Amino acid sequence: MSVEELLERYTRRDKLPHIWCPGCGNGIIMGAVIRALDQAGVDQKKTVIVSGIGCSSRAPGYMKFDTLHTTHGRALAYATGVKLARPELKVVVLTGDGDCAAIGGNHLIHAARRNIDLTVVVFNNDIYGMTGGQYSPLTPQGSYATTAPYGTVDRNFDLCELVKAAGGTYVARGTTYHTRMLIDLISAGLGHKGFSFIEVVSQCPMYYGRKNKLTSAVAMLEWQKEHAVPVKAAAKLTPEQLKGKFVIGELHRQEAPEYTEVYANLVARARGEEK
Amino acid sequence: MEKVPGIVTVNEKWCKGCGICIAFCPAKVFTAREDGKPVVTNPDACTRCGLCELRCPDFAISLGGKSHGE
Ligand SMILES: Cc1ncc(C[n+]2csc(CCOP(=O)(O)OP(=O)(O)O)c2C)c(N)n1
Ligand code: SF4
Ligand code: SF4
Ligand code: SF4
Ligand SMILES: [Mg+2]
Repeated sequence: MSVEELLERYTRRDKLPHIWCPGCGNGIIMGAVIRALDQAGVDQKKTVIVSGIGCSSRAPGYMKFDTLHTTHGRALAYATGVKLARPELKVVVLTGDGDCAAIGGNHLIHAARRNIDLTVVVFNNDIYGMTGGQYSPLTPQGSYATTAPYGTVDRNFDLCELVKAAGGTYVARGTTYHTRMLIDLISAGLGHKGFSFIEVVSQCPMYYGRKNKLTSAVAMLEWQKEHAVPVKAAAKLTPEQLKGKFVIGELHRQEAPEYTEVYANLVARARGEEK
Repeated sequence: MEKVPGIVTVNEKWCKGCGICIAFCPAKVFTAREDGKPVVTNPDACTRCGLCELRCPDFAISLGGKSHGE
């Protein structure tokens, strides 16, 4: 599908061009999500896209789907409500690293624990972009932010490990640089029944980049290219060799009962309609 | 800009001059203008790999035909 067709079919043309800064990763991820939805063949009329608050959370506003732009940190709570009320819908959550790992961290672990059938795409730019570059729980330890002029002392989360431990059944990590892989990872997440989680290592040239001597979007994508190690290659490396790098690809997949199905069974049982 | 079928084109109105397409095109199809926006200076070298289209954050590049997954 050409870009023109893609935009015509899946975006609110009158809202474009978008307002993100030059070189911001949000546009690349939004493009990848749209292409993945197309690739996975989801029914546009039966898909709901939910976001919280942040630069990244503005993405659904540009997308021609039923969309919900909710409150900071609560995208997963709203999405859980939508999915439980209407389990036949495909529910996709677009969220930022601050939105889902800081204020929304509790929702994240419990949505994963329930294995509710949502597809979550995290726009991880390592920073609070919208509010001016404060550090987030994903800001790498030692790097700089408006609120960490001498470097962060906090250890950062490995969000994929966290979601895996909490019970997520599809966990993957991609980057804005490896765009084709990203589309495939999101598409696979859409096809998986259960809690699907895709962390996207992205770039905020405006705040993270400027504070950390990554002076342009190009420099930030170069950084991704140099530091990302595909899962298969990583398996052959020692922890020492992997130091300072990060692993991309499908990291975890597991079959487990899905929450809305378990819930429907409970309802049937309570009504004496045991299947 | 007039569109030649099958040739990569840039929508100057949407392009924000981030330079991603210029830096990462494997065939060096683009050259940067003074304002950082790309000019297609080497169209014959384009292999239609589609990477510029997928990586442009502003949906400003078009291969003018089919792309990823087709
Ligand atoms: C309850 C509440 N607390 C704080 C804020 C202010 N706020 C808006 S966006 C944001 C952080 C956004 O960071 P992230 O989720 O990483 O999104 P990004 O802008 O980086 O895409 C904060 C703290 C808010 N809107 N609501
Ligand atoms: S502040 Fe950062 S995250 Fe927000 S639009 Fe600009 S580059 Fe993107
Ligand atoms: S990647 Fe897109 S926005 Fe960036 S310079 Fe190229 S055409 Fe312009
Ligand atoms: S399609 Fe590939 S070769 Fe052609 S201009 Fe784009 S990046 Fe370069
Ligand atoms: Mg962020």
